[in-house]
Amino acid sequence: MAIKDYIRERFFPHLWCPGCGHGIVLNALLRAVERMGLKKNDIVMVSGIGCSSRISGYVDFHTLHTLHGRALAFATGVKLGHPELNILVPMGDGDALAIGGNHFIHAARRNIDLTAIVMNNRIYGMTGGQYSPLSGYGMLATTAPYQNIDHDFDVVALSTAAGASFVARSTTYHVQQLTDILEKAINHKGFSVVEVLSQCPTYFGRKNRLGSATDMMDQFKETTTPIGSKAKEKDPTLIERGVFVEKDIPEYCAEYDKVIERAMKKGA
Amino acid sequence: MAKPKLKEHHIHRDWCKGCGICVHYCPKSVLELDENDKVCAVRPEDCICCRLCEYRCPDLAIEIETE
Ligand SMILES: Cc1ncc(C[n+]2csc(CCOP(=O)(O)OP(=O)(O)O)c2C)c(N)n1
Ligand code: SF4
Ligand code: SF4
Ligand code: SF4
Repeated sequence: MAIKDYIRERFFPHLWCPGCGHGIVLNALLRAVERMGLKKNDIVMVSGIGCSSRISGYVDFHTLHTLHGRALAFATGVKLGHPELNILVPMGDGDALAIGGNHFIHAARRNIDLTAIVMNNRIYGMTGGQYSPLSGYGMLATTAPYQNIDHDFDVVALSTAAGASFVARSTTYHVQQLTDILEKAINHKGFSVVEVLSQCPTYFGRKNRLGSATDMMDQFKETTTPIGSKAKEKDPTLIERGVFVEKDIPEYCAEYDKVIERAMKKGA
Repeated sequence: MAKPKLKEHHIHRDWCKGCGICVHYCPKSVLELDENDKVCAVRPEDCICCRLCEYRCPDLAIEIETE
């Protein structure tokens, strides 16, 4: 199937701003799904609220556009009801880790087979550029005109500590790596987290004078490095890209089936 | 494998928002924005069909067709 067969063409052009990284995440995700040869009916996309979450409107899968921060809670329900389906959960950094932070760590801890994609633009795009838990110390936002004093989460370290069995990071500049990682994450049995550094030229870029969409993507190229590279030894401020965690541990739905089996045996 | 040969750049003018990402990253300077800020393939003969423009377009507005 071609890429265009996986989208709802009637809603294009989409509403994202010119150069918004969220469109590149959509592009890479469609390519991963196409390469894997997944059927549209075998995929459910569950999203919350935010510019990023609008992605569910554009794909021609089963889709649920739910509540801010609660996409993983809805997705957990869908997965337990239909464990045979592939569940994709794209979220903004605010959606996933501010209002939705608790759902996020517990979904990771349970190791339920969902693919969480954190579209990290380091700001609340949809509501006008408020700082998020990923903006970082010293950055500017509508709500931090004199610089943000909050430190940011490290999504990879947080997800790993919370128990996610697949954890990876890439950027909208590194589209080929991003597509490969998304494919691996979807294939993985267990809770997968893919953090994607994504540009919001309209708010994060403009507030912090980072230039155009391409300037911001160039910065993703310059400020990141493959995991374990020599460059990282020389410059510890570089952000690593790649697959950090990939482990085979019991998955929640499979374990739940065993609970049912034990209960049935006891009841018989 | 033989090198892919370009047939055509398919540009969805209604979807292109003129962000310039494809123009900036094209390794062969094939693409330019026109006076309406829509992308155009001005030097198609130089295209090496790497598809970087297609993969990075946030608007799914450019597609490379090979022979
Ligand atoms: C319960 C609730 N609280 C607050 C909001 C307002 N709101 C909508 S989107 C959003 C944050 C969006 O930021 P993020 O999740 O990072 O996504 P982005 O728009 O940057 O892609 C907020 C606070 C809401 N819709 N619902
Ligand atoms: S406000 Fe930012 S995140 Fe939202 S569509 Fe525009 S560029 Fe993208
Ligand atoms: S990347 Fe896409 S939207 Fe941006 S200028 Fe090129 S074709 Fe147009
Ligand atoms: S396929 Fe490669 S060379 Fe051809 S226009 Fe696109 S980016 Fe340029």
